[in-house]
Amino acid sequence: MSPQNVIEKIKDSGLTGRGGAEFPTGLKWGMVKRVSAKKKYIICNGSEGEPGTFKDGFILHNYPEELIKGIEIALKTIDHSSAYIYLRKDYYQKFKASLEKIIKVNNLSIKIFKKQAGYLCGEETTLIQTLEGKDPIPQARPPYPPEKGLWGYPTLVNNVETFYYIAQIIQNKYKKTRFYSLNKVKNPDVYELSERLSVKQILKKTDNWPNFDFFVQAGGGASGRILLLKELNQKVGGVGTIFVYNLRKTNPNFLMKKWIDFFFKENCGKCVPCREGVYRVRQILNQRQIDKRTLRDLLFVLDQTSFCPFGKNVALPFTTLIKKVIQPK
Amino acid sequence: MNKRFQITINGKKVQAFEGQTVFQVAKKHGIEIPAFCYHSDLEIKSNCCICIVKIKGIKDLQTSCSTKVKPGMEIMTDTPRIRRARRINLELIFAQHFEECNDCVWEARCQLLKLAKKQRLKTNRFIDRKKDFLVYRFGNSLIFDSSKCIDCYNCVEMCEKQGVGFLEMKNRGVHTKILPTKDKNKDCIYCGQCIVHCPAGAFEGVGEFEEIEKPFQQKDKLVVVQFAPSIRTSIGEEFDISLGTLITEKLAAGIKKLGVEKVFDVSVGADFTTVEEAEEFTKRLKGKGRLPMFTSCCPAWVKFVEFYFPEFIPNLTTVRSPHIILGGLIKTFWAKKQGIDPKKIIVVSIMPCVAKKHEIARKELKINGLLPVDYVLTTRELASLLKKRKIDLKKLVPQKLDTPLGFPSGAGVIYGATGGVMESALRTVVEKITNKPLKRLEFEQVRGMDGVKRAKIKIKNHILKIAVINGIGQAKRILKELKSDSPAYDYIEVMACPGGCVGGGGQPVPVDSEIRASRAKGLYKVDQRKNIRSAHQNPVVQKVYKEFLNEKEKIHLVCHTKYSQNKKQGVKILPPGQH
Repeated sequence: MSPQNVIEKIKDSGLTGRGGAEFPTGLKWGMVKRVSAKKKYIICNGSEGEPGTFKDGFILHNYPEELIKGIEIALKTIDHSSAYIYLRKDYYQKFKASLEKIIKVNNLSIKIFKKQAGYLCGEETTLIQTLEGKDPIPQARPPYPPEKGLWGYPTLVNNVETFYYIAQIIQNKYKKTRFYSLNKVKNPDVYELSERLSVKQILKKTDNWPNFDFFVQAGGGASGRILLLKELNQKVGGVGTIFVYNLRKTNPNFLMKKWIDFFFKENCGKCVPCREGVYRVRQILNQRQIDKRTLRDLLFVLDQTSFCPFGKNVALPFTTLIKKVIQPK
Repeated sequence: MNKRFQITINGKKVQAFEGQTVFQVAKKHGIEIPAFCYHSDLEIKSNCCICIVKIKGIKDLQTSCSTKVKPGMEIMTDTPRIRRARRINLELIFAQHFEECNDCVWEARCQLLKLAKKQRLKTNRFIDRKKDFLVYRFGNSLIFDSSKCIDCYNCVEMCEKQGVGFLEMKNRGVHTKILPTKDKNKDCIYCGQCIVHCPAGAFEGVGEFEEIEKPFQQKDKLVVVQFAPSIRTSIGEEFDISLGTLITEKLAAGIKKLGVEKVFDVSVGADFTTVEEAEEFTKRLKGKGRLPMFTSCCPAWVKFVEFYFPEFIPNLTTVRSPHIILGGLIKTFWAKKQGIDPKKIIVVSIMPCVAKKHEIARKELKINGLLPVDYVLTTRELASLLKKRKIDLKKLVPQKLDTPLGFPSGAGVIYGATGGVMESALRTVVEKITNKPLKRLEFEQVRGMDGVKRAKIKIKNHILKIAVINGIGQAKRILKELKSDSPAYDYIEVMACPGGCVGGGGQPVPVDSEIRASRAKGLYKVDQRKNIRSAHQNPVVQKVYKEFLNEKEKIHLVCHTKYSQNKKQGVKILPPGQH
């Protein structure tokens, strides 16, 4: 199959990025392909840092050949390219040897790289910074990696799951499914199901529908949004992660503290709203009386003015939890 | 030329060029967007998130410093939503910035305060998180009060750009801190570029502004003041005098109002430096001494060589910097003429520089047991003192300079701009070698704001290869070039600060390339108007050589110095709030 046909086929499949941003994959490939450069890079992002998310690990464990096949297709489609698989520390330890074996057998130019820092490395410009040996700090976009990425060369960054599905698409096995990570349910696990399913359908299909009043965090265990029972006809979104919380037994303040501790630990300190905002949100949540007005203000600047998606994503779980669970109209 | 198109800012259609940022276009059309971490000398970082704007069709607010314009873009810079976000981010910035507004290099021009006033921000809901942060002192020159730092990293970037990398960013998240490095192989060179690139006044000169009165409080001493070439076109900015205006006589009048009777012009000292340097250079050209010869009037550059590249110490001219020579002449030649005991003279230099605070304490400069200069005040410090005494340079009647040691040549004045030392030296060197007056005194090749300026100058049968380094960040490259090809140049001028002394670490803030160029332009105007434009033709210089500097020993004592390899000078850690 010609490179152009590969890209057309990916476009036709409607596949979108499975790292959370849901950018059309075919379009991204086309961008990297189009730029003329002496060298190009392909990065398979396996930094999977969103709490409660383990679908990339699941693929690495169960379908390593398919994953490598996906990267191989990219190597063949994008000329002058070589590839990296960027793995979070535990995945690196667990899967390095098995992946290298497959790479060697197929004689491919793929290197495996151990993640250098935390959650932020899931963000593509930060990931590229650390691959270059620099501090894990996000960079301004544009230029986007497809134009100017690793070492300044056009770079294709796709998630582990995305590469897995590339292989499926080219082998005509793609059935428009995706992987879901389910947490705090009867049968917590990774499930591969249709991408069209709603949260409700997923919970029912996997026999995880709770027998108590509950709300859900969908899309990610930290950055996902809160959905009430009546909203469960929505798709999961994000990285496909679902948390189920008991409406009566869950202390929302406790939940917020859990999230903010995570963001506090993971933020890079670059921009004011995120560095100072997260610090102050944490301070407020640890006070006996929560200053709601200030909390609202801080979430507002986090959402509206943060430099990178990390800061913008901080606000969403809080604003939706406050609006729907803490102060429902 | 880049593609031109129209965009709309606040409902007004304006022209923009492809590649420009929203911030740049707005500024060009007189629409002011507040920003703290933005500096035209530095990379765009978008850290402070104050310059946010709303762009039609994009959900979130965008930082205008990093957003490139697109045809037809519709931008709003001041809506209730923007004001709210800006106000909250400003509060967050103030909550990490421990204010000390009466002791700050920004004084009334502080961008933080200006925005706070505009936003009517009176109280802050957050407790200062940095109030217990420490103060660091680098040598005799610099203070870094980390309790004022707003983590924009401009200083770290500038220090890196200067090729020094003494300031480092440590830790992550809210624990991020800017600290002087512990690396033994790195030391501060005291250029003070961190001071003029910090939007929050976290850096200042030692003694700024607590000790500005001290030099003038010496009982039964004669306090004399000498001011550097570049001050005359920069200090006006502190008094709302338009950029680059020459105010030498107002400046002298202002200093006299402080109760100082004798005011000297360091440009006269520069003429001595030039003559001595030309002499030394012609000797080196004849094989007596190593080539290329480096200028040495920039103390940050001298420290850079002494610490980072001691193998190049023999290349530095041994000639003292202008204010050290003039200070020495004041305490010898002039003191004798006036019948004053040199021990009773206090020489105060007004300098565009904080490295000069370090330079004056160098023991090898002593003449008969006395240091030539007793105090250095920066341009900012003098301005602050004048303001404290309610002396407004703008309103002062200019007073004719009485300059006890005469007037400088035009060459002595252009010392304040990058390339000025080289041009002054060339005027003297060429005439000295050819024995003929120069047809054209201007050496345009060494002027201007390029980082490295190279030129070949034909003198008789010889081709002189020269280089001028504008901003010490370029120096490493040239020194490495010399290591592999030592005859690449004959003579090299280095000024650590971009633009030369006009862009010095002791100069008024803010500063950018436009401001530096205006200050320099003012100096070249002085030169153009002068009758005497070469140092060796200055009658004062001729007179002093005839009457006083007529023996080798005396010349050596007053005009020359030596250098030695430097060990790292420790950083002194001071308790919070103590400078």
